[in-house]
Amino acid sequence: MPLILIGVTLIIFSMIWALGPDRLLASYVKSPEALKTPDAAERLIKKYGLDQPMPVQYIKWLGNILQGDFGYSMVGKKGVLPSILERFPYTLELALYAVVPVILVAIWLGVVSAVHQNKFIDQFIRVFALVGWSLPDFVFGLLLLWVFYSVLGWFPPGIVNTQFDLVMRSADWKTITSMPTIDALLNGRIDVFVDALRHMFLPVITLAYLWWAYLLRITRSSMLEVLRKDYIRTARAKGVPENLVIKKHAKKNAMIPVLTVAGGSVIGLLGGTVFVETIFSRVGMGRFLAEAATLLDYWSIIGGALFFSLIMVLGNLIVDVSYALVDPRIRLE
Amino acid sequence: MKKFWTNGTAVLGTCLLMFFIVVAVFAPQIAGTNEMGDNYQIPRAAWSSRPIAPTAEHPFGVIGGRDVFYGVVWGTRTAFRLGLIITGFAALIGVIVGSISAYFGGWVDEILMRIVDIFLSIPFLVAAMVMTTILGKGLDKVIIALITFGWMSTARLIRGNILQAREEQYVMAAKALGQKDWIIILKHILPNTIFPVVVQMSMRIGSYVITAAGLSFLGVGAEPGYADWGTILSYSRNWMTMLDQSWFAIVFPGTAMVLFVLAWNLVGDALRDIFDPRMRS
Repeated sequence: MPLILIGVTLIIFSMIWALGPDRLLASYVKSPEALKTPDAAERLIKKYGLDQPMPVQYIKWLGNILQGDFGYSMVGKKGVLPSILERFPYTLELALYAVVPVILVAIWLGVVSAVHQNKFIDQFIRVFALVGWSLPDFVFGLLLLWVFYSVLGWFPPGIVNTQFDLVMRSADWKTITSMPTIDALLNGRIDVFVDALRHMFLPVITLAYLWWAYLLRITRSSMLEVLRKDYIRTARAKGVPENLVIKKHAKKNAMIPVLTVAGGSVIGLLGGTVFVETIFSRVGMGRFLAEAATLLDYWSIIGGALFFSLIMVLGNLIVDVSYALVDPRIRLE
Repeated sequence: MKKFWTNGTAVLGTCLLMFFIVVAVFAPQIAGTNEMGDNYQIPRAAWSSRPIAPTAEHPFGVIGGRDVFYGVVWGTRTAFRLGLIITGFAALIGVIVGSISAYFGGWVDEILMRIVDIFLSIPFLVAAMVMTTILGKGLDKVIIALITFGWMSTARLIRGNILQAREEQYVMAAKALGQKDWIIILKHILPNTIFPVVVQMSMRIGSYVITAAGLSFLGVGAEPGYADWGTILSYSRNWMTMLDQSWFAIVFPGTAMVLFVLAWNLVGDALRDIFDPRMRS
């Protein structure tokens, strides 16, 4: 794992390095005044060591990263790391709300679909999954925003209404987790909680729908494969009721591949926040990246990419561990 | 192949695909050309950036001064170009890396697979965003970025398949006959392992097109005014709070995207069902 993290930093660094000294310099200089004297550019390139060979620059940059210095963020108007940490709870909250429906509903529908293979309900679920799988998340998000906000006015974009935003900024609001819904409950403000949930509804659906479709397909095919196994035939032959065969014998075994993919999908959800947060104008990591990309705020993008990669690596590690917990065969090895 | 045509979804997918091919080929006849020169630039239909609802002259409406119909029709060409180029190159790199990895084994395999792991550790969309931002605007940059971060799954797939095929009897037989290793790979192993790659490719074309459109939507992909589905969508970002006035700029390119991806997914699904006997019911 440390090897992978080093590799990731190397890839990301080589991308900034490819910018060349001149363009990199632009991200250090905060006002045009600094470049007034004729040889200022060369002097500054020397000063920041931008003309040094790549390995030297890489080591220096890595040293800064390890000390928590990710550079200055134009989007956050402060350091990159504090800007990211300030936004991350919002994204995490969104992802957590999306994960639960994704996993539960997808597994349930997948099992139903497999058990009734080729019947009407199976065909229906498959069409639902196929459409979901083919629907780009940003198109789906825009459609939802159009119908449920512009036309019907039910679910507004943003985090909370303006009046509650003032409440959250006021002095007696205690910020504990920085996640609006949880903080609202901890502050005992049910009205703020309900409003935050209302703002969360469309983004959660947008994030969840695509992965529903994906997980559902995996569950279905995994179930179909298990249902053909000898031990299922044995169970049926010895007279175990069908619903018990499915619940106890088939579902448990079919869940193993699903779990690996589910872990991956949780991580994949975080990538989807780039679109969802942009469309529903929510504060968070995803929108931070999108804004940084449009403003050519290199250090913010690099910082964001590193942060997302770190989550991905850690997430995969957790998936591997839980995989071993679920499947006794892996544990024994 | 007979099985393919008796499968309803496969036929639907093929028809959709044919439809898109026809639209792409006859784009000049369907939507006209740009008198100012470059056909991939959507001609200006209005000078105000306000959205104009569909009329007889502009059946899909106008947004940002650009005719949506023209953009959607010519965008079909862009979609095919993006999808085929990215998928082709990504698969080629994947097949080469995967074959080398499986053929040499040992430390070569170890190093290549660690590189694959490393590339897979940066979320695809984020990696593509970072790279296009750094390379600059333009579809060619998007293509480079998506190829750079799109080859890994093919490499893994082909490596696994080759390792599995190596144990098969026909390979043993070829070896026993004294065939050279590279001939065995080219003549015996690759033809028997390439099919899953073709299935995977057909399913990924759609997702690459979507990712490219997504980058354009965020404003880091194609340049404004370029005939690309994502670019048209990105115009509606300026009207986000009143989408009821610019719905056509979402619905039409959005539908095109969904159907395009659906077509490839259906075809890929059907191909997999045919060539993976275990999935047959």
